[in-house]
Amino acid sequence: MDYVVEMLNIRKEFPGIVANDDITLKLKKGEIHALLGENGAGKSTLMSILFGLYQADRGQIRVNGKDVNISNPNVANELGIGMVHQHFKLVHNFTVTENIILGLEPKRGLSVDVKSAAKRVKELSEQYGLNVDPNAKIEDVSVGMQQRVEILKMLYRNADILIFDEPTAVLTPQEIEDLMKIMRNLIKEGKSIILITHKLKEIKAVADRCTVIRRGKFIGTVDVDSTTKAQMAEMMVGREVLFSVEKPDKEAGEVILKLDKVSVKSNREGVVAVKDFSLEVKEGEILGLAGVEGNGQSELVEAITGLKDIVSGKIFINGKDISNFSIRERINSGIAHIPEDRQKRGLVLDYTIGQNMVLEIYDRKPFSERGLLNHNAITEYAQQIVEDFDVRAGQGVESVARSLSGGNQQKAIVGREIELNPDLLIAVQPTRGLDVGSIEYIHSRLIEQRNRGKAILLVSLELDEVLNLSDRIAIINSGELVGIVDAKDTNENEIGLMMAGIKRGDTD
Amino acid sequence: MKQSIMKKIPKELVVSLLAVVLGLIAGALFMLFTGNNPFAGYSYLIKGGTMSIERLGNTLATASPLILTGLSIAFAFKTGLFNIGAPGQVLFGGFCATAVALSVNAPKPLLLLLSVSAAALGGALWGSVPGFLKAKFNVHEVVSSIMMNWIAYWVVYYAIPAYFKGSFLETESRKIAHQASLRVDWLTKLFDGSYINLGLFIGIIAVFVVAFILNRTVLGYELKSVGFNRHAAEYAGISVNKNIILAMMISGALAGIGGAIIYTGNAANLQIGIVPTQGFDGIAVSLLGANTPIGVLASAIFFGLLYSGKGFMNAMTNIPPEIADTIIATIIYFAATSVLIERGLDKLKRKRRGN
Repeated sequence: MDYVVEMLNIRKEFPGIVANDDITLKLKKGEIHALLGENGAGKSTLMSILFGLYQADRGQIRVNGKDVNISNPNVANELGIGMVHQHFKLVHNFTVTENIILGLEPKRGLSVDVKSAAKRVKELSEQYGLNVDPNAKIEDVSVGMQQRVEILKMLYRNADILIFDEPTAVLTPQEIEDLMKIMRNLIKEGKSIILITHKLKEIKAVADRCTVIRRGKFIGTVDVDSTTKAQMAEMMVGREVLFSVEKPDKEAGEVILKLDKVSVKSNREGVVAVKDFSLEVKEGEILGLAGVEGNGQSELVEAITGLKDIVSGKIFINGKDISNFSIRERINSGIAHIPEDRQKRGLVLDYTIGQNMVLEIYDRKPFSERGLLNHNAITEYAQQIVEDFDVRAGQGVESVARSLSGGNQQKAIVGREIELNPDLLIAVQPTRGLDVGSIEYIHSRLIEQRNRGKAILLVSLELDEVLNLSDRIAIINSGELVGIVDAKDTNENEIGLMMAGIKRGDTD
Repeated sequence: MKQSIMKKIPKELVVSLLAVVLGLIAGALFMLFTGNNPFAGYSYLIKGGTMSIERLGNTLATASPLILTGLSIAFAFKTGLFNIGAPGQVLFGGFCATAVALSVNAPKPLLLLLSVSAAALGGALWGSVPGFLKAKFNVHEVVSSIMMNWIAYWVVYYAIPAYFKGSFLETESRKIAHQASLRVDWLTKLFDGSYINLGLFIGIIAVFVVAFILNRTVLGYELKSVGFNRHAAEYAGISVNKNIILAMMISGALAGIGGAIIYTGNAANLQIGIVPTQGFDGIAVSLLGANTPIGVLASAIFFGLLYSGKGFMNAMTNIPPEIADTIIATIIYFAATSVLIERGLDKLKRKRRGN
């Protein structure tokens, strides 16, 4: 059997942790090989070794059957290994072509020969069905298109072995479909692909084989066709995983949140992000807000929580008009908010977990009295959240928030917000970037909140999440409400169409 | 909480001490290059600041305003602001204190309370302007507070000759009465006629007050939240704008009190046309003290020693006094690049563990 890449018995230690312990990964020519593992399992370390960013302490790497020593990314490039990073590395006010040739500009005399480069880019784009305009500026194209530019960058450098690092994290469902097609095209043209992911669905859809690692250890390589999702999940997590959470039927009660023709301006000058948006969220229900990223969800949430002023309309909580309330007054009226960006909004990274757990309530008794903090009460309260929500941190509540892994930071925020016991919980991307174990846990806590008669507004780009958790689903497109459907009698297809702005019934 | 602090302090202490040692080594090299004996130089430098009870008092007196300006900068740093306007706040605070000292007649304790309060208010006013501009219009505080330095400079330049002209010179105010001075007889006697004054105690009290505010109060929690991550603070409903203005006012008040110590304690009048260097030195004091109140106290005394010893070193050797300033500058340089020292330490540790 021909292997294009063989990573044999790789070991890599960092101070205090073994990131990779005797891991073997063999990539066949012309296959899509998934690399599956939880957050922090060691996937990125392994791939960084292959890409020359780290050196392995032990083990061998062979490319096309030959032993190689990949001492830096340039060596990897020469060996035909290319990587599409999760966070794109593009210059925004450059064109597609300018970005692709950056670093190896073709010269004619003293000037850069952009024209012939653009021609080459166009040829490559057509060959692989990428449909990229070589002369478009990066800032004008969609996220999915930017990713294709990253792919083109590798192809332009004649890479044969392509590493995709969590490529679907930033894409819409339609863009994911397109990406899958592109990956299949690449295989057809003789490339080989390593796909780093923790999404089982995508592995099932596109990969041939799958290597699973857990806590730095090699668990096994399986054939995707003959392995079920549940089996792979169990290999990854080390225990059985429930995919859909038990959700008893529940009659929704009184209206908790009422939006009445709310309009919000966008962060960009002169653009309206949310237009005349009306919505009700009731007690004992999870209302999912589905939409393609950047269609006004963020602005709507900021308007409800008070981070952004509304232009017109009214917002009610429990029948009380809170349109002009300050952020703190809204929190005190019973709104909790799991923010979209945990590091920007959710945590003060230089504070300890303990200090972070009282971010909204430090001025209440018993955490402070007459302007003085009560550190013991704060620690005790935080301790409870850390235990209840299984936040893993080296020094417990004394750990600086920055030192926690993303998943544990997220669990801490979710814990803090649920512990506020809010009437309305706004959960924005509550499981972004988390592994199945943590996702399962956070989902069950959200459902528990619902069962206790609280209202939850769930905003997520993951359609599966919205479909699984919600009782009703509202779809937003260009800041307008396209429609509200019952989660029980809809499907991914219908919602996908509505996300594109096509109303129910229009398709008949 | 205790555990993390215990673990933190040694590392920061080591970094600061290394900065000092590196600065002293650099100074020794300068002395060698100028043909002098560094051991003699340093021994005179230290003797100059400590060899008699009077000199010791002068060292502490020199350190007193630096404690306040160091605290001022450190407080601003902790709340995410760079208060480079301390010189202006010192000057205007000192002017307010001098004005009160020269125009109010009251018993000494009351008069001192009034003049120091006036200094704090003046400094707070001078700090509040950049704070307000930052909060409302997002004007960077470095730019606006440097402007405020010059406004203070020219206000004092005009106001002293116009209202408080000295008896001989146009360029300085009248001397303040002993009754209005922070100097007290028992302290002067205790230190053999040194110009040490109550400013030292004000400084020490300020250290504890600032530490208390930052670590134990709701106010400190809010200020630090805004300083560390204003987006998260806003999300949690903490008023970012209010806290920025408040932080600049407190920082300014601290510097202003430093001004009172300089002009109504260490000195007895205010000379125009001079930007008080203690304001800028506060930056160095704060950096070397790792922006912690206790660290500021220690590093202010160290700087006080360098400043008061350099004259003696100059008198006893051929080492130019600029060398002392060069050493100070080098230490500032190492303290400011403490990240590099820290990284070096980490590397060293890792290597040792690796082998």
